[in-house]
Amino acid sequence: MPVEPPVTSPRVLAEAYAILADAPARPIAGGTDLMVALTGELGEPPERILDLWHLDELRGIALDGDAVTLGALTTYTEIRRSAVCHEHLPVLVEAAATIGAAQIQNRGTLGGNVANASPAGDTLPVLLAADASFVLGSARGERTVPAADFWPAYRRTALVPDELLLRIRIPLLAGREMRFRKVGTRRAQSISKVVVALGWRDGRAGAALEPVSPWSDVRLALGSVAATPIRATATEAAIEGRPPTPETADRAAETLAGELSPIDDVRSTAEYRRLVAARVLHRLIREAGGW
Amino acid sequence: MPDLTSRTESPDAVIIVPGTIAPGRARGAGPLRREGPAKLTGAAKYADDLVFPGAWFGATIRSTDAHATFEALELDPAFDWSKVVVVTAADIPGDNIVSSIKADQPILVPVGGEICHHAEPLALLAAPDRATLRAARAAVHARTTSLPAVFDPLASDHVFASYELASGDPDAAFAAADLILEGEYRVGHQEQLYIENNAMIALPAEDGGVTVHGSLQCPYYVHTALKRGLAIDDRQARVIQAETGGGFGGKEEYPSMIALHAALLAGKAGRAVRMIYDRHEDLAATTKRHPAIVRHRTGVTRDGRLLAQDIEVVMDGGAYCTLTPVVLSRGAIHAGGPYRCPNVRIRARATRTNTPPNGAFRGFGAPQTEFAAETHLNRIAQALELSPLDIRRRNVYQLGDTTPTGQVLRTSVAGEEVLERAAEAGEFERLRARHDADRRRREGSGTVPGSPLRTGTERMASGIGLALAWHGAGFTGSGEVKLASVASLELTAECRIEILVAATEMGQGTKTIFPQLVADALGVPFEAVDIAPQDTAYVPDSGPTVASRTAMVVGGLLIQAAGRLRATVEAETGGAFATTFRDYVTAKGALRVDQRFEPYPGVGFDDATYRGDAYPAFGWAACVASVEVDLDTGEVQVRDVVAVDDIGRVIHPVLAEGQVEGGTLQAVGYATIEEIKLRDGRYLNDRLATYIIPTSLDAPRITTILVEAPFDGVPHGAKGVGELPMDVGAPAVVAAIADATGAWICDLPASPERILAALAGIPGVAPLPPGASEPARPPPPPADR
Amino acid sequence: MSAHRFTVNGAPVEVDVPGMRRLLDVLREELALTGTKEGCGEGECGACTVLLDGAPVDSCLVPICQVEGSSVATVEGLAPSAGALGPLQAAFLQTGGAQCGICTPGMLMAATAYLDAGGGPDDDAIRESIAGNLCRCTGYTKIVEAIALTAAGGGIRLTGAGTIDLGG
Repeated sequence: MPVEPPVTSPRVLAEAYAILADAPARPIAGGTDLMVALTGELGEPPERILDLWHLDELRGIALDGDAVTLGALTTYTEIRRSAVCHEHLPVLVEAAATIGAAQIQNRGTLGGNVANASPAGDTLPVLLAADASFVLGSARGERTVPAADFWPAYRRTALVPDELLLRIRIPLLAGREMRFRKVGTRRAQSISKVVVALGWRDGRAGAALEPVSPWSDVRLALGSVAATPIRATATEAAIEGRPPTPETADRAAETLAGELSPIDDVRSTAEYRRLVAARVLHRLIREAGGW
Repeated sequence: MPDLTSRTESPDAVIIVPGTIAPGRARGAGPLRREGPAKLTGAAKYADDLVFPGAWFGATIRSTDAHATFEALELDPAFDWSKVVVVTAADIPGDNIVSSIKADQPILVPVGGEICHHAEPLALLAAPDRATLRAARAAVHARTTSLPAVFDPLASDHVFASYELASGDPDAAFAAADLILEGEYRVGHQEQLYIENNAMIALPAEDGGVTVHGSLQCPYYVHTALKRGLAIDDRQARVIQAETGGGFGGKEEYPSMIALHAALLAGKAGRAVRMIYDRHEDLAATTKRHPAIVRHRTGVTRDGRLLAQDIEVVMDGGAYCTLTPVVLSRGAIHAGGPYRCPNVRIRARATRTNTPPNGAFRGFGAPQTEFAAETHLNRIAQALELSPLDIRRRNVYQLGDTTPTGQVLRTSVAGEEVLERAAEAGEFERLRARHDADRRRREGSGTVPGSPLRTGTERMASGIGLALAWHGAGFTGSGEVKLASVASLELTAECRIEILVAATEMGQGTKTIFPQLVADALGVPFEAVDIAPQDTAYVPDSGPTVASRTAMVVGGLLIQAAGRLRATVEAETGGAFATTFRDYVTAKGALRVDQRFEPYPGVGFDDATYRGDAYPAFGWAACVASVEVDLDTGEVQVRDVVAVDDIGRVIHPVLAEGQVEGGTLQAVGYATIEEIKLRDGRYLNDRLATYIIPTSLDAPRITTILVEAPFDGVPHGAKGVGELPMDVGAPAVVAAIADATGAWICDLPASPERILAALAGIPGVAPLPPGASEPARPPPPPADR
Repeated sequence: MSAHRFTVNGAPVEVDVPGMRRLLDVLREELALTGTKEGCGEGECGACTVLLDGAPVDSCLVPICQVEGSSVATVEGLAPSAGALGPLQAAFLQTGGAQCGICTPGMLMAATAYLDAGGGPDDDAIRESIAGNLCRCTGYTKIVEAIALTAAGGGIRLTGAGTIDLGG
């Protein structure tokens, strides 16, 4: 039986803010990371815990003009069942389906994935590649941080101690295509070895797409290959403005292999990660190009 | 408290009567699992479900060094030690030895003694509640001085056991061979991964004795260990098996250690102590399958007949001997595979390293050496441009052939039959030809990546692989004769028929097939036969529940006992047992028959020369595996497996199939994803998030075909089933990967890293070889989820 | 310590425990419902699966403060009455879906959620529904078979009215 720090379960956000303003507390959403750490005695247990589960203000998926907004407590199951997500963010649905299995998807939340800041967080490359931003709140008010600025270092976030992640906002760009691949340890209950999320816009958004149209607004984000989820900006630049041809794919794969510095760990090797990231990217461009 | 055991709303409840269910796909033959309803309703009591009011909680203080001198156990004076019990080696009343083959493993390392592996037990704690226990644990520090450690079994000069098997004249035969092929194969640790962790609860008795309830395979192993470590007698030690949530060999020897720990704490605390491992402790500390390095040098004729085999097997025993000599022995005897070869030299040794001790796991040495033998044979077939099926047809043992120990196979030889049936059911030759064409097309079209970073046109490749194995039934050599097991049957004063054996149920179906066998022999209904609890106070020592010996050996003893019981009753009453046994009891009272093992006629083995009948009979298994390999990532999906197993006689089809299916998936896991990496002698994959076993989505569709080539030494002909599928799965999967990709993966697991290293021609993509330990380095950040 | 109210197998309960106590521990130790098993304590094995408001969850990952006001269903509530089995349990018994039995309660609960949601006998869908429940004995074959049998409403024959003693 694990350590059981004191916990408070506020019913409204204002109450949660007040608790955090009073003294730091480790938030718990669906518990799929924190409970593991507590039971496994991984690291020092927090002194106190703030239970977010009953804050209905942090739930819900909404289509909001040119963006989809997801409450921090949105579970992976809710994403998988959401008509809005299926229509506008199928890649997020795909990513959610690769996390754990039913039990984890029923409890794990998108906000938890973001705030837990694991480099292996499966949705995080999708959020980076989609230019998501995170709305943070505290008694002092709300502020918005782009995903690209949210994870400054290993297991660190832009959240300050009295702040909570409230919502994830994903802009919808006309003509944007996104792809997702997770290479994990097995086919379910799997932690990733490499996650790749790729986004681009066809050069002539809205028009009938030719496979060889040049790509713009290229976003390439990866998980499990660095201390944080990252954007591979050099590789993005190598693709930007080019059509998905064999030459582009070769150049992108080579640039990515040079750009990454993954590590060996219990799940895989650095060289496997480097090679697979490059090959997956090569494949995604090949599939888009239809060659 | 309200009744929580029934739902208020029970929508479409169906009431069923056991034994009257209409047969479905599972061919309803055989009675329903005896303890099934208890397991299906949550009523079954596993060790951690047992409640003993006032019991304390125990914990083990373990080493964090691979090799060191244990200088001192330091107790933080700020902690109130009067609240807890601390046990060290000084508290052990008997020998500080966990009873096994050699007397080398201490119950607790004494202060001043030598720590030989990471996670070795140094001291024990018990406390009235978990919070106090946690605080006490944090207040204990083991002071040690590091010693140089050995992690490479090839470099170790401490040999636990070695064997040499020889027949014919290999050197002369190599000189005459058309082709000589050499190969080296390495396999790593594998964890049994029973879903119930190890668990023991000890209750002290006033006379210094102890009763333990626990999750275990072998009550009398634990009983023997308790007697020696606590210096108590037969009656003072009592071992009761709780419902056991899987064993697979992992609860063969290690429970002795845990029972001793719980008993020492209980004795000192003067109350019951619960020693329940969590998954992390279970993975970090308990035994694994032995890593092995197997080298083959094989001489063949041009048409694929084996002329000479020179095989070297080196197993990593870990820090203590445990069961290593017998694991190695089985591995060595099976190392050539199920093939006739007139000139054989097999040299096998197991050495000591400063890693946690390795021990029993389904297959017991044979999966390691048969993986090597089968993969090597497949490579020979490829070199000779022969079909893997044909080369096996030409060499598989037939009746009358002689094995490397000089054993003439006189009975129950079904290698060819399982081979042919698997090849047919798996459409092996047809699919192999198709994949061959696919492979050539990929190569011929120039789509093989010119750069390792580049993908080919096709992402997925299919492959099919075949493997064949033999598995000696029961104990090796004179093991059964030495065990001299006793199984008993009693017609009780209450007119019940009761089976008394120490053979345990851990999922394989013991509690179902024994009543079935006895009921058949007595001509009474299944329901009329009871099975006594596996409690050493009541049941005789029918031997350990290991080596696929339960159905064959203990089942055979029970049938013999039933025959004698029946004869005695029928001689007295003059009528059939089923209709007259009540009359017998009325007239004469209860009747008990003790049946002791007698050597099987014509079966003999000489331990000194290692010659003779290594096993009374062999089981035979073939496997055809179909895989899909992702050429971009090296990921493998095992799609379909056809498993054909000759088990002598099928007692219960559903249970036997269940053994084959479960064993097959363990073999698929061994082949593909189950891996333990080590750093400085410590397992890095020591949590369930990092030790990966197959989920339902990773599991292939398994088709099981059971073949019956009965063993005539036992009345029912059964040879055992549990271990057979473990021997064939991995080489079949690796052959299928080669069929798909052209690359032979000679190290297990054939992980995506190893496959991609081979496909891309970049060895650095692969991890260290199986079983190797990387040097210590600063602790990494905590594992991510 | 604080009081937490919820229902278990339809019956209201109140437990007075720390809010971070795992639902698993509350079931096993406060409510003596030991049918729910702990296999890993980290949400990997699914042996502790229960239904929380109808959805399968790993009870080792759920603090009791989050169960407030919810309904919990465990293996002990599956049988219609003592001495009888429900259709899914009966199918497991028939096909050989339970071997050592330690994953069985969690497996039954995951399968119950699948069937309650209208899941059919499709092999892939069944496998996905139990992908969070590790079994080391069966290779999953007979578990999938049992769930498919139940989903198809086949295999089970009523043999008479009333509750029959299983004799187990």
